[in-house]
Amino acid sequence: MSDTSTLNATTAGIDAMSPELKVRSSLNPGPRGRRPKRVLSRRNIFLYGILGLAALYYLLPLYVMVVTSLKGMPEIRLGNIFSPPVEITFEPWVKAWAQACTGLNCDGLSRGFWNSVRILVPSVVVSILVASVSGYALANWRFKGSELFFSILIVGAFIPYQVMIYPIVIILRELGIYGTLTGLVIVHTIFGMPILTLLFRNYFASLPEELFKAARIDGAGFWQIYGRIMLPMSLPIFVVAMILQVTGIWNDFLFGVVFTRPDTYPMTVQLNNIVNSVQGVKEYNVNMAATLLTGAVPLIVYFVSGRLFVRGIAAGAVKG
Amino acid sequence: MTDLSSFANRASSVSIRDLSLSFGAVTVLENLNLDIRDGEFLVLLGSSGCGKSTLLNCIAGLLEPTDGQIFIKDRNVTWEEPKDRGIGMVFQSYALYPQMTVEKNLSFGLRVAGLAKDEIDRRVARAAGILQIEPLLNRKPAALSGGQRQRVAIGRALVRDVDVFLFDEPLSNLDAKLRSELRVEIKRLHQSLKNTMIYVTHDQIEALTLADRIAIMKSGVIQQLDDPMTIYNRPKNKFVAGFIGSPSMNFLKGELVDEGGHIAFRTNGVSFSLDGYQASEALAAGRKVILGLRPEHVKVDSDIGHGETHEAVVDIEEPMGADNLLWLKHAGHTLSVRIGGERRYAVGTKVRLGFDMSMASLFDAVSEERI
Repeated sequence: MSDTSTLNATTAGIDAMSPELKVRSSLNPGPRGRRPKRVLSRRNIFLYGILGLAALYYLLPLYVMVVTSLKGMPEIRLGNIFSPPVEITFEPWVKAWAQACTGLNCDGLSRGFWNSVRILVPSVVVSILVASVSGYALANWRFKGSELFFSILIVGAFIPYQVMIYPIVIILRELGIYGTLTGLVIVHTIFGMPILTLLFRNYFASLPEELFKAARIDGAGFWQIYGRIMLPMSLPIFVVAMILQVTGIWNDFLFGVVFTRPDTYPMTVQLNNIVNSVQGVKEYNVNMAATLLTGAVPLIVYFVSGRLFVRGIAAGAVKG
Repeated sequence: MTDLSSFANRASSVSIRDLSLSFGAVTVLENLNLDIRDGEFLVLLGSSGCGKSTLLNCIAGLLEPTDGQIFIKDRNVTWEEPKDRGIGMVFQSYALYPQMTVEKNLSFGLRVAGLAKDEIDRRVARAAGILQIEPLLNRKPAALSGGQRQRVAIGRALVRDVDVFLFDEPLSNLDAKLRSELRVEIKRLHQSLKNTMIYVTHDQIEALTLADRIAIMKSGVIQQLDDPMTIYNRPKNKFVAGFIGSPSMNFLKGELVDEGGHIAFRTNGVSFSLDGYQASEALAAGRKVILGLRPEHVKVDSDIGHGETHEAVVDIEEPMGADNLLWLKHAGHTLSVRIGGERRYAVGTKVRLGFDMSMASLFDAVSEERI
């Protein structure tokens, strides 16, 4: 009984308090006061300092390139590579795009740009289509020997390109498409297969198997399940594949220089020829502009689809 | 309950002949034979890995058997595509196409088959009416609750106008309340459609409540195929007896003895009269046997009718509302006994026990088969 009396005493004490406080203490006995602010602790200063430095380190070359490309040659000769341009000129950009000479042609990077586009579009489309269908078949329509087939395909991803260049040159020559854009498109498509098929197979394998079974019961066939069930659920992985292929093919130099002729050189090869030409004065501003132009396409792709890219990579990585 | 005798006259709906399936060295099903009658609700019951889902997938045509044949409506469908077998299937994970609305989900199979638009609309409307999902037709699966999703999944089988419905643990992903609601709905659906339904589950309550006949499976072999009451009251072997019923049947190991011309069961120095037990063969003294007693067939104190009584001590009491479960110490065994929920016993109480031997089961100790 003594317990009850102390309890009553406590209740009386609460009654004596202001009404507002009473509500708080009876309903919400947790911590009170303002939410604590994050402080600039020593750890945080250190962390953000390092991050800032790293960012600066990577951004500095880009800054120098942009600044230099906007300067005239006299200003560049002064040697202050970090100073902003006194007089902004877009002349180097125009020259790089339309007038710079590579070999016999003096129509700038524009020729290489369009060559690259003509290589890029069919290579990306064909390789993604073929790889997505193979990945789908390997994940859902397990045929006899499909695991072996898949293993062989993956081994293909680890063979260095250099080993295969000479045989491929001979094959393309025999087919009569050596030096043509068609030949290069075929080469890019084949070399994209291992990694893309792996990507698609793993993604399709991570989708619930019962969906595939349900579609079969509903009477859908190989292509109907692919087109009407699997494709609509696979946007993220298609974006990943597209980014991988666009950047990979656009940045390719080796295949471009080996499998094409001067008038069909892709942009990267042409850029190299502009920057490394030994005749005349080195036009640093034109070189910088040409480099920025060449790098613009992958950059734009990343910025536009970066978020989907991360989501797709994560989705594909969960199950293997 | 459905009159089982009427099935005898009807043609069999699904027949499985000598079906075997192995994945490499692992044999999942071996020489399995099963006849499912037209309009029957058959439940395949077993713990996970017993091959029940595999069997269902073979019937559906999603798995190719290593050996044997499958007939549906007297047609050999062993090598037919799933869509040509006249079956509809409902999956545990619902397997609704996430990018399609409920209506598109229901009509997908019909659109693939190239049916006319008004015929598709008619069938979708009918299925939606039966399952009461009309208000949901324009929603995507993500905007549905689990119960609603499973209704749509059932609807997808319904619109296809099939002979045989296959259910692969359709209620396992639902919470207890929804599960019992949908269980009743599936039973009602079967009563109104009168289709053949094959239902895979590991839940014995679902099996006992839904089935016309239950096939209990273990390691790819059907242990017993019978109506629920026979399975429950006259299990063919110790596995079936222990698998069905919660809490599990009490098993007492002992031997048969001759007591003045009467055969009795004896364990730990206590003997049980076997009066009322219907043995399928002559009982001989000296045979090692296992006596199986269900918790509700052990009578306590005032429930005891006539016959011999034993003494036991209450060890643990588990009140469950409608029932009260007693764990009793008796002759070196622990017996579980089910009594009415209003009858309470304190731990340590001495009680009298009576045994209803007409409801008991006797198994051979070696073969574990029913005697």
